[in-house]
Amino acid sequence: MKSASRVAGLIKHHEKDLLGDWIKEQLGAASMRGDLLKEADLREQSRAFLSAVQEASQKGGIDSIDGPAWENVRQILAELSKSRALAGFSPAETAMFVFSLKQPLFARLSKDLKGDAEALGDELWNATVFIDKLGLYTTEMHQKSRESVIERQQTELLELSTPVVELWDDIVALPLVGTLDSNRTQIVMETLLQKIVQTGASIAIIDITGVPTVDTLVAQHLLKTVAATRLMGADCIISGIRPQIAQTIVHLGVNLGEVTTKATLADAFQVALKRAGAKIMKGVPAQEKAGDGDAERA
Amino acid sequence: MERIPILKMGPFLLVTIQVDMHDQLAITLQDDLTNRIAKERSRGVLLDISALDVVDSFIGRMIANISGMARVLDAVTVVVGMQPAVAITLVELGLPLEGVHTALNVEKGMELLRRRLAADAA
Repeated sequence: MKSASRVAGLIKHHEKDLLGDWIKEQLGAASMRGDLLKEADLREQSRAFLSAVQEASQKGGIDSIDGPAWENVRQILAELSKSRALAGFSPAETAMFVFSLKQPLFARLSKDLKGDAEALGDELWNATVFIDKLGLYTTEMHQKSRESVIERQQTELLELSTPVVELWDDIVALPLVGTLDSNRTQIVMETLLQKIVQTGASIAIIDITGVPTVDTLVAQHLLKTVAATRLMGADCIISGIRPQIAQTIVHLGVNLGEVTTKATLADAFQVALKRAGAKIMKGVPAQEKAGDGDAERA
Repeated sequence: MERIPILKMGPFLLVTIQVDMHDQLAITLQDDLTNRIAKERSRGVLLDISALDVVDSFIGRMIANISGMARVLDAVTVVVGMQPAVAITLVELGLPLEGVHTALNVEKGMELLRRRLAADAA
C-alpha cells in the first residue's frame, strides 16, 4: 500500500499545482471543445473532480475505484459524462477530460522521484492504471447516457406513431407509418382496440401505405390485429397494399384469409361507408335533390 | 351453488358474465345454456363478457364450445363487449374464435341477432 499512497499523497500536496497544469493541458488540447463548453465551467468541473479524487484517494487508496470512498468521484464523473453526452461530445472527447490528467501527474511524479528510477517506474504504472480506470468509467457512463437518450426517443416514437383517427360515425382508421415489429404491433393493437371501445366504431381500416416492407412476421402481426378487432365485434379492412407488397405477400405464401383488403384508403373508406349504411354523393346540387346533402345516413 | 343467470328476451337468451369465471362455473354454464336453448327453442344467444377481464385458454375454448353447441341447436351466438386486453390475450393464445359472431355491445349484438332472424325468415 506504500506505493499507492504515494500517488495519493502527491495529489494531496500538489493539488493546486496539478489543477493548474491540468486545466492548461485541457485548454491546449486539440480535443478541447470551446464551442460546447465554457472555460469557467471546465475550471469548476476540474476543481470539483480533483478535490473529490484527492479526498477519495486518501480514504480508499487508488487500487480500486469501486469502493464506497469513491462514490463521490463516480457520481461527479457520471454527471459530467451525462452532460457532455447531451451537449454532443464524442466518447473520446469526454474521456480526454480524465486522461489529460496523466501528463501533469506524471510530470509531478518524475520531479518528486528524481534519481529513483525503480520507484518512479512503479509509481507511473500505478498512476496509469488508476487514471485508466477513471477514464474507462467515464466512457462507460458516456455510453450509458447515450443509450438512455436513444431509449427515450424510441418510446416517444412509439407513442407518436400510432394515431387512430375517426373517419366517420362508426369508422376509425389507423394509418401505419414505418416498420412494424412486435413491440409496435402490441401498442398499435392496444390503441386501436381502446379507440374502438371509446368510439363504439364497428369498422376499422388499417392503412399500410407507409409500411415499407411486409414480411411474414409483419403479416402475422397484421392478422393478429385483425383477429383481435374482430373479437371486439368490429370489422377490419386492410388498405394501402402496394403492388410490390401484394406480390411479396403471395410469394411468401401468407394467407390473409377472409380479411378484406383494398389498394387504397379511398376504396376501403367506400366499403366501410357502405357497410355502415352511409354514402357520399358527388356533385348533386342541393336545389335539385332537396334534403339530400353530401352525405346521407341510412 | 354459484350459477350464471340466463335471461330470456323474446326469441333470444342473454347471458351476462359478471363474476370471475372458473372452470366449474364454465361447465355448469354450458350445461344450463344448452338445456335452456332446447327448452325455450331460442334462436340466438347473447354472451356478454364485458365484465370479464381475465381469460385463460380454458375459458377461451369454453366460449368457442358454447357457440358450437348453440349452432347445433340452431341458435346463433354473439359474444359482446370483449375487453381489448381479453381480445389480445385470446389472439396471443391462438384462439381467434373463428366462426363466433362478435359485437361491440349488447345493443349492437341484439341488432345483429334480429337481422339474422329476419334474414332467416325471409
